[in-house]
Amino acid sequence: MASLKTRIGSLELENPVMTASGTFGYGTEYADFMDISRLGAIIVKGTTLHRREGNPYPRMAETPQGMLNAVGLQNKGVDYFVDHIYPETQKIGCPIIVNVSGSCIDDYVETAGIINTLDGIPAIELNISCPNVRQGGMAFGVNPESAAQVVSAVRKAYDRTLIVKLSPNVTDITQIAKAVEGAGADSVSLINTMLGMAINAETRRPVLSTITGGMSGPAVKPVALRMVWQVAKAVSIPVIGLGGICCATDAIEFLLAGASAIEIGTANFIDPSVSEKVIDGINEYLDRHGFESVQDIVGGLITD
Amino acid sequence: MKKYQYDLRVADNVKVGTNTVLLTLSFDGKTFPDIVAGQFAELQAPSDKVLLRRPISIHDADPDNGLVSFLIQIVGEGSRSLAQAAIGQTVNAVLPLGNGFSYLTAHSVRPLLIGGGVGVAPLLLLGRRLSEYGVRPTFLFGARNAGALVRLDEFSRYGNIFVTTEDGSAGEKGFVTGHSLLLDSECFDRIYSCGPTPMMKAVAKWAMEHETPCEVSLEHKMACGIGACLCCVEDTADEGNVCVCKDGPVFPIERLKWLH
Repeated sequence: MASLKTRIGSLELENPVMTASGTFGYGTEYADFMDISRLGAIIVKGTTLHRREGNPYPRMAETPQGMLNAVGLQNKGVDYFVDHIYPETQKIGCPIIVNVSGSCIDDYVETAGIINTLDGIPAIELNISCPNVRQGGMAFGVNPESAAQVVSAVRKAYDRTLIVKLSPNVTDITQIAKAVEGAGADSVSLINTMLGMAINAETRRPVLSTITGGMSGPAVKPVALRMVWQVAKAVSIPVIGLGGICCATDAIEFLLAGASAIEIGTANFIDPSVSEKVIDGINEYLDRHGFESVQDIVGGLITD
Repeated sequence: MKKYQYDLRVADNVKVGTNTVLLTLSFDGKTFPDIVAGQFAELQAPSDKVLLRRPISIHDADPDNGLVSFLIQIVGEGSRSLAQAAIGQTVNAVLPLGNGFSYLTAHSVRPLLIGGGVGVAPLLLLGRRLSEYGVRPTFLFGARNAGALVRLDEFSRYGNIFVTTEDGSAGEKGFVTGHSLLLDSECFDRIYSCGPTPMMKAVAKWAMEHETPCEVSLEHKMACGIGACLCCVEDTADEGNVCVCKDGPVFPIERLKWLH
C-alpha cells in the first residue's frame, strides 16, 4: 500500500483528500455514511466574526452537471464556533481546518486571531473569494493588491498554516496566487465557485434570490484543472485543487496537474460517502501504477 | 436517529394518477430504519441529466416486508426518471431524513390530516402510525380534479376521507379550507398538513384563528438533505434561517413567519 501522506505548510495530512467548506457541515452530519476520521482534513463552514443569516431562499439552482448556490456565508459567528462547535470537532479524529471569511480586513484579522487561540485547529483557509456576499468576500480576491493586503494582515495575527482560497472570477489567477504567496500564505486552494446565473423562462424571474450565485460541480472541473495547473507552475507553495471532483480519477487529475491535496465539495451532496471512496481509489491507482507515494504523482503530468 | 445510504431494489413502480407513480423499494434484508411519518428520503434519480438527489416524502413503510414507498409526481427530469425506473433496477437512497410529525408526543385524539395534490404522500404513513396508537384520523384532501386524487382506498383503511376539487369533479368544489367539515371548528384537536404552500398557509391561518395546533410539512429545493449545504432554508421566528431538511420538513406553524 502506497503512502498517501502529503504536506500543506507545517500541516502533515494522512492523505490528500479534504472536504470543501460549506459542503460538509462540521463533519458530524456525514458520520452515519462514512468513517469521517479517515479524511485528510475537514474544512468546516465559512466562519465570520459575527453571526450571519445569509441570503433569502431560494439559494440553490441545479444546472447541467452543476449547481448554483447563494448561501451567503450563513453561520453563527466565530464565538459560537469556539464555544459550541469546536469542542465537538475535536472528537472527530482528523485535522479540522476553519474557513474564515469577512467583509473588511479587520474582521478577517480578528476572526483569524480568535481561531489562532485554538490549539486543535492546525490551519485556516482564508476565503477571499466568496461570490455571494455584497461587501468583501470576492472583492478582496479579484485584485492582487487587495488580496495581498488582507493576507498580509492576517499573517501577522495567525501563526499556523494559512491557506488562501482563490476566486476563478479573475483574468489571471496566477497573479493573485503570486501576490498572496508574497504576502505570506503557506498554500493556496482553488477554485472557489464561478459566478453564474439561472433564469426561469416561464416566470421571467431569476431562480436565485440574489440573481447571481456561485457555480460548482462537474461542469466547472476543466476550468479548475486548468487553473490549478497554471498556479502550480507559478508558485512554490503547495496548491490545493478543487472544483467538480466526484471520484478518485478526478482527484488524481488534479494531483497530476500539480495539486498537493484536493477538496471534495458538491459531490458530497450527491454521494455522502464519496470522499472515503476517493481515498480508496487514489490508493488503488497508486498501487496499480507501482507508485510508492502520492508525492510521485503530484505535478506528474506528462506533456512531452 | 441513524441515517442510511443504500442501493435499494425497485420492487414495484406503478402509475396511480394522471401524473403520479407509486414507487416501492425493497431493502432485501438490509437493516430497516426507524421511520417517523413526515420524514423523507433523498433518492438518486437514475438519469445522466440529473446531478442532485431528489428529496421525496416517505409515503409508506413496511418493516416486516422490508419495503418503503414513495408517491412521485412527474415534474421534471429527475422525477420522470424515477417514475420510469424498472422493477429490479436499483435506486440509491439516503434515509430517513428530517423530523416528522409530532404524533408520538402530541397525544392528539381527533387529528385532521389535510393534504393537497401529491402532498398527501406522508399522510398515509401518518395515518398508519396513528392507527397503531388507536387513533382514527380524518383526512381532508384537495386536488385540481378527481383524477389527481390518489390512493384513496389505502387512506380509507385508517380514517374517513373528505375531498375538495377545484373543478368540482369530486367532493365539494373549491379549496380545502372552504370544506363544510371545517364549519365545526371543535371537531379537531390538531391539524397535520402537507401540500402546496398557498394551501398550507390558508390551513395555518384557519388553525391559528381557531386555536388549533397545526404542523405543516414544507417542500424546499434541497441539495444535501442533511443540513450541510444550507440551501433549503426557511426563516423562523425563533432561530432565523434554519434548514428545512434538518430542522423540518415538518414545522409547527408558530415557528414560521407566515402569519406574523
